[in-house]
Amino acid sequence: MKAPHSTRKALRRTAVVVATGLALSMSLAACSGSGTGSTAASTASAADITAALNEKSTITVWAWAPAVADIATAFEKEHPNVTVKVVNAGTGNDQYIKLQNAIKAGSGAPDIAQIEYYALPQFALSKSLADLSAYGFDSFASEYTDSTWGSVKLGDGIYALPQDSGPMAMFYNKAVFDKYGLTVPTTWDEYVATAKKLHEANPNAYITNDTGDAGFTTSMIWQAGGKPYTTTDSTKVSINLQDEGSKKFADTWNTLLSNDLLAATPSWSDEWYKGLGDGTIATLNIGAWMPGNLESGVKDAAGDWRVAPLPTYKAGDTASAENGGGGDAILEQSKNKLVAAGFLQYMNEGAGTQISIDAGGFPSTVADLNSDKFLNATSDYFGGQKINEVLVQSAKDVVPGWSYLPFQVYSNSIFKDTVGQAYAAKSDINAGLTAWQKASADYGNQQGFTVTSK
Amino acid sequence: MSTTDQARVTVPESHAKAPRMSRYTRTNKSNQGLHTKKSILLTIIMGALVLYSLLPLFWLFVNSTKTQAELLNSFGLWFSGPNALWDNIVATVTYNDGVFVRWFGNTLMYVVVGAGGATFLAALGGYGLAKFNFPGKKAVFAVVLGAVAIPGTALAVPTFLMFSQMGLTNTPWAVILPSLISPFGLYLIWTYALDAVPTEVLEAARMDGAGEFRTFFTISLKLLAPGLVTVLLFTLVATWNNYFLPLIMLSEPTWYPLTVGLKQWSNQAQTVGGDVIYNLVITGSMLTIIPIVVAFLFLQRYWQSGLAAGSVKA
Repeated sequence: MKAPHSTRKALRRTAVVVATGLALSMSLAACSGSGTGSTAASTASAADITAALNEKSTITVWAWAPAVADIATAFEKEHPNVTVKVVNAGTGNDQYIKLQNAIKAGSGAPDIAQIEYYALPQFALSKSLADLSAYGFDSFASEYTDSTWGSVKLGDGIYALPQDSGPMAMFYNKAVFDKYGLTVPTTWDEYVATAKKLHEANPNAYITNDTGDAGFTTSMIWQAGGKPYTTTDSTKVSINLQDEGSKKFADTWNTLLSNDLLAATPSWSDEWYKGLGDGTIATLNIGAWMPGNLESGVKDAAGDWRVAPLPTYKAGDTASAENGGGGDAILEQSKNKLVAAGFLQYMNEGAGTQISIDAGGFPSTVADLNSDKFLNATSDYFGGQKINEVLVQSAKDVVPGWSYLPFQVYSNSIFKDTVGQAYAAKSDINAGLTAWQKASADYGNQQGFTVTSK
Repeated sequence: MSTTDQARVTVPESHAKAPRMSRYTRTNKSNQGLHTKKSILLTIIMGALVLYSLLPLFWLFVNSTKTQAELLNSFGLWFSGPNALWDNIVATVTYNDGVFVRWFGNTLMYVVVGAGGATFLAALGGYGLAKFNFPGKKAVFAVVLGAVAIPGTALAVPTFLMFSQMGLTNTPWAVILPSLISPFGLYLIWTYALDAVPTEVLEAARMDGAGEFRTFFTISLKLLAPGLVTVLLFTLVATWNNYFLPLIMLSEPTWYPLTVGLKQWSNQAQTVGGDVIYNLVITGSMLTIIPIVVAFLFLQRYWQSGLAAGSVKA
């Protein structure tokens, strides 16, 4: 639901470290017995869920997406006996800290929690989340895009229903491109050349901003075909941040970094919104959920922005990746899983998906993505462009086979100390990636994983 | 009452008088010095420090007068566009059904109960340690000194787990109870009470038949007042600015203090479909610091004298 956020605040990072340490040390003890997990748990049918929804009950949902409150209201209208309490317990990391603590404490967790795809393995592999196959949700596979379903299907279990997704695209400020006579790049080589041309024409303007962001970097490696993380048997992990794809990305980005072509503006800061408005940040390679943020955060630039496919490494190729986005999961702690399952299905498979879309979320449901209404929607903010055509195509072009680490939240929290150092010194990103890999592997081994660092 | 006891009592008293005299004369001398010779270098350094301290406040004020659009499109350190201060304040206190007011009330409650309670407990404990002898006093001293060195942040997660077992998380108690403990305050009252409450006064009160509690509440507490204000200010600032503990403990926004609530507003800028309301975050921050600045201005003279007392004895 939100962008890949790395750690901008040291304090926040400490907290994640503390919290993830707690959760993992506990979780590994719990899952060392059986790899396949809770298949023995009782399975429930749709009729069981319907029956549960007719009884008086209350469930709690932790979510920061604004649409969830509206979905809950609509749901309560259809199921007057159920009360859905929506709590914004924090955005992203802030909420994960609380969730980890509540899991460790054994109580206090909600029935349903919003969890981004990158953080899902951490909660799922520690058996903190209910396997939704028990409610027959595994049969929904064909309703979601491959990449989002792949993100919630871990091992044999389904640990969340996808809500929004973030297939990447290149958002560019057409006014800036027109002013300096730039053409829209389709390959990363062209992108670097455009960056140079723009910066020479206006030393205050940059092709994009990047101060080192774990979510962005992993998505870019994903697009370049890298598969740095693999997890087998839930405890055997291998990390290789110098595989072909990782290097491809790092080499391209090294050129931008060493030639001073990246604006040193942290994403999501007020200066960032300012740069997006005044044309000093000319493009953003980011998830498909960005239009809503541009519309609400950069009102002044209405009509200037357009969307194009993400540049590729080889001319004529199509390749994309997911950036951000997430789903909603049912906690093992929940005492009312049937009702939770009923609401979850309504929210992310039923009528709730449209409410999410109306609130600016980019869906992960195939039917919504391919509906004429969605594809043909024009956006005044984007000068009347049918932006969803580009974004939906990107969803189809996502490189298959990606997975995150089972301790990605922690790993992302130390990105600044490793790759971030390379950004700060404008030195080799490959060296930064190697340092990041080592620090992540060390942490994994301490937590009881068997990490192979290649 | 042996003579040695009497002597022990009189010695600190004369000590206490002596430095006060000398300090007085010293300041007089240096004052005269200032009149005759102004140090340009010191003035410049002082000016730079004043600027350094006031600049963020100035920024905060300037930018709370701007609309969200002006905020992003104007120079940060000067006014721009129509003055939107009043609109911003109205929007801040009414946004999300006036949740800001609720957070303000929460912070006030945490401060009054937490900082007030911490001061009271520190007074009880510090006074007791200073004026009564009991076995294990040295051990208590060591524990208190050790506790001063442990930052509250390090204890937040263990405290969370403990509170969770007690069913206290996500309630105001989770914020109030840890705020009640102030090892530094205890230490300060202790050193302060050693001098400020003469033992012979206590002896006299006991002779006259006053119970220990009555002595404490009617005599000692008044003598301790400057020290108490200092501790109150310390704990006040600490609880008013408390961020990490409530962040960990609370998940319901209805119990958030201002610090955590404003962060949540700020995070909306990172959420799909979320309102970007930096102008309200800034205006809210300004409204948040006003009470603490006022408290400081009113209590600062106590603060200074209390600080000096602590430093001389330590």
